[in-house]
Amino acid sequence: MPVEVRRTNAGLELDLTGEWGIREFGELDAQLHALDLQGAGQVRIDTSGIKSLELSGAWALHEFVQRARTAGVTVAFRGQPPDQLSLLDKTLKDAATEAADSEPAIAAASHDSAVTLAPVGPHAPLLTAVGRHTVGAWRDTLEGLAFLGRVILTFFGSVTSLRRLRPISIARHVYDTGITAIPITALIAFLIAVIIAYMSAQQLRGLGVDIYVVDLVTIGVLRELGVLLTSVIVAGRSGSAFAAELGSMKLNEEVDALIATGVDPFEVLVVPRIVGLVIALPLLTIIADLVGLTGGAVLTRYLLDMPLTQYVNRVNEAISPTTFWVGVIKAPVFAALIGISGCYHGMQVRGSARELGRLVTVAVVQAIFFVILADALFAVLFMELNI
Amino acid sequence: MQYPVLEVRGLVNRFGDQVVHDGLDMEVEQDEVFGIVGGSGSGKSVLLRSILGLQRPQAGTVRIYGSDITKMTETQLLSVKERYGVAFQSGALYSGLTVLENIQEPMIEHLNLPARALDELALLKICLVGLPTSAAGKYPAELSGGMVKRAAIARALALDPALLFLDEPTSGLDPVSAAAFDDLVLYLQKQLRLTIVMITHDLDSIFRTCNRVGVIVDRKMVSGTLAQIVEYPNPWIQAYFHGERASARLGEIAHGA
Repeated sequence: MPVEVRRTNAGLELDLTGEWGIREFGELDAQLHALDLQGAGQVRIDTSGIKSLELSGAWALHEFVQRARTAGVTVAFRGQPPDQLSLLDKTLKDAATEAADSEPAIAAASHDSAVTLAPVGPHAPLLTAVGRHTVGAWRDTLEGLAFLGRVILTFFGSVTSLRRLRPISIARHVYDTGITAIPITALIAFLIAVIIAYMSAQQLRGLGVDIYVVDLVTIGVLRELGVLLTSVIVAGRSGSAFAAELGSMKLNEEVDALIATGVDPFEVLVVPRIVGLVIALPLLTIIADLVGLTGGAVLTRYLLDMPLTQYVNRVNEAISPTTFWVGVIKAPVFAALIGISGCYHGMQVRGSARELGRLVTVAVVQAIFFVILADALFAVLFMELNI
Repeated sequence: MQYPVLEVRGLVNRFGDQVVHDGLDMEVEQDEVFGIVGGSGSGKSVLLRSILGLQRPQAGTVRIYGSDITKMTETQLLSVKERYGVAFQSGALYSGLTVLENIQEPMIEHLNLPARALDELALLKICLVGLPTSAAGKYPAELSGGMVKRAAIARALALDPALLFLDEPTSGLDPVSAAAFDDLVLYLQKQLRLTIVMITHDLDSIFRTCNRVGVIVDRKMVSGTLAQIVEYPNPWIQAYFHGERASARLGEIAHGA
């Protein structure tokens, strides 16, 4: 036991022994708190048995002495009180004068921090929470629109001169977001064609119209799934990459360095990324379409025993001249949505690594959401146009 | 037997063909402030990383309180790591946590303390390093450079270590803040009876705080008291301590001694 207690007529005598460090703090604190000061007129403390009195141990003792004194008990030390106590007194006094507060600084601060640290979570009244979210969402929308406006202005400002459009940077982003994404996009397009072919073959065979498998694969891949799945993959790959790159550049003050040297970060960082993606995604979509049709051919050849010539003929009959373009025309729009979402959230990062992670996640989720929303709008539009 | 607090013997660090340290010796005694000095690229940071166990040297021993950390497993290293604190150059505060939470982090990892004790002890450390208590709830991004450095020391002191490593504590501070920081280092050293090992470029800081200095020259270390080092016949050391900026300071020790 680090605290040996003897009760005498005058009061308590405490013999303190052993290590008084942060590792023992829990035990020390508990023992000192458990001491009953009721009826003790005087406490005499002998610290000579302590092997090492570290700051945390001294804090436990200091708190006890404070408690005893507030309870009206006189506290005396056998010999000199340990230096650490006077260090604590001095530290607290300095802090208190700085805080210009009559309360003991530590108690005051822990009170303060408890207030400021309290999460605005489920405890906050519902109305406040709703209001906060509404204002936050409104502000996000405005900031997003401002960002979009700035991107468009910068783009049209730089499109007049080749140097300001940064072709090398654009080429790099076409490579990063397009060329390196070919294998995964192709694989997914192939698998999607396989899935549609299998599913529709099962259904249509019973009706004896399994030739329509070709129609389903062709139209499905060309109009919708080729471009949609490619966009989802690219949102995951490049939307996150944009947000993470720009975000860590923000954290590293690289963006500030650009601004300070008179370079517009929108011109060198944001626009080349978005333009690069707008070029790359339609090309990726065309590749996905090709691979999807090939997948359909392979499947119908082996699943339905349909000769290749018949497949090609059927494809020609199934599609109208617009089918391919209806798919590809959506790609640049999706690309712009993904690029803007990634860059916008990347540029929003400030302060901490956690913020970076959060915003990268938001960037990807929002990019995918906008892509699907836009696809739905396109579907309505094309239906109205009878395409 | 009494061990030195920190003892490095025959340290060799190589990266490919590049030899950074070749038989480096270093010794730090109880209660001293030991300054590590060296030109840019002389391997100060590599030395610190070797001492902290962040990097295994190719040869040599690093003894902290007598136990050789180069032969330890990661789990054994943990018990040594509890005995020293490190304040990194740029603070390396966890950016997602407040100052208070930063200081509590090592306590939560290593100890089982109630929340009240965590708050009190962390706030005590904040007061001790001269930060206002209002800084407790702030995030590192909201602090000034000097406050980040102080917060880093407060976190390094979280577990009441007896040995403290500081990596360029005054870099990036203005001379007044740097002087105040040196005072803080001296104050803490005296009050908490710390042994401090610091890497520094700051001549003012060396002259104010260090009892002994070790200079890395030619992949080895030359160490001694300031007066001894200043007289050491090596061109780099001479250039360092007898440059224009150092001359004024040298006069002071000559008078003081």
